[in-house]
Amino acid sequence: MSDNVLQVTDDSFEAEVLNNETPTLVDFWASWCGPCRAIAPVVEELAEQYAGKLKVAKLNVDESPKTPGQYGIRAIPTLILFKDGKVADQITGAVSKSHLEAAISKQLG
Amino acid sequence: MHTHDLVIVGGGPGGLTAGLYAARARMDAVLLERLSPGGQVLTTDIVENWPGDVEGVSGFDLSDRMRDHALKFGLVIESKEITKLTVDGDCKVLSTPDGEIRGKAVVIAVGAQPRKLGVPGEELLIGKGVSYCGTCDGPFYRDQVVVCFGGGDTAAEEAVFLTRFASKVYLVHRRDELRAAGVLAERVLNNEKIEVLWSQVPLEIKGENKVEAVRLKKLSDGEEYDLPCDGAFVFVGTTPNTEFLRGVLDMDRQGFIICDRDQHTSLNGVFAAGDCCSKLLRQIVVAAGEGALATYAAQRYLEEVHD
Repeated sequence: MSDNVLQVTDDSFEAEVLNNETPTLVDFWASWCGPCRAIAPVVEELAEQYAGKLKVAKLNVDESPKTPGQYGIRAIPTLILFKDGKVADQITGAVSKSHLEAAISKQLG
Repeated sequence: MHTHDLVIVGGGPGGLTAGLYAARARMDAVLLERLSPGGQVLTTDIVENWPGDVEGVSGFDLSDRMRDHALKFGLVIESKEITKLTVDGDCKVLSTPDGEIRGKAVVIAVGAQPRKLGVPGEELLIGKGVSYCGTCDGPFYRDQVVVCFGGGDTAAEEAVFLTRFASKVYLVHRRDELRAAGVLAERVLNNEKIEVLWSQVPLEIKGENKVEAVRLKKLSDGEEYDLPCDGAFVFVGTTPNTEFLRGVLDMDRQGFIICDRDQHTSLNGVFAAGDCCSKLLRQIVVAAGEGALATYAAQRYLEEVHD
């Protein structure tokens, strides 16, 4: 797995994602989920591509069920882009890289 | 700029088999996939009809094995999203966001994705109770009530899969019998947790921030009612990922690519395989067969046109 992608948990979510000045994209995933596996390489490519401008993190919903519950997540993969601790955009499903790039560019300005 | 013998677009069973045959034929071939290889097989829990796998094989394992099999013979797989196909003399040009890839022949194996119901509320509640993948999202519905839509193989398989988690599964079907394979239909009808609502159609998916109910209509007398539920799973067929080929290749009304028995499309040198093709049955074994055939037809084309 890429060094550019940070692994976060229920315990580290607040510090790593919410109280963090850099916009952060969080990939909510699980090992059983096919589309999560499908989109994983795209998430890693984005982490590399936007290094320094965007933090990219993954949260395993099996190991950390509290955080996805708080955000009402009922489908995975769900990618949430957090800005200043708030949800700036939310995308569900294994969408294409260009779709994600468009969403990220919009938030990074 | 380098021109490959064969460019394969899509890394599901059709594309991976096309790639396997191309690699074994020692063609200069490349397979382009925008996500990781596997396609819709990745959303299948257990594949029970892959010949030879008597005990069934998980979708993950089958995808990995197909990928590894093609890689073993030297197929090159690249992570690329194709946005356009154009013709330049005898060559085909595939556009990506960061450049072009050229091929003398092309196999289109871009697959399909679940079709939407097209009712109010659906789009808005995706990820908030509306789902197209039971194997992905089932675990979020432990001890809850879910409604499934559809009557084919996928609907039957997924409805049964969801009973592992949900307390109750309604299967709403517009006809009065299932089209699913007999063995799958039996499992639905024999499952205590599943109740089939025959000859009914969805009108709306209701809920503020999450699914709360689906509004249904009985075809027999036109009666409409709300069925309270926590999740709405949609399995009403697929729609092909062929948007970028519109106007380039002949397609049927739904956008599936029309090809002949040897996988030729309407454009000389372009072949198609798998779920993106217009046909009667979309299955892994069919896609694999078409992938092999497409590559072979492409080889013949190259011999005739380019040598």
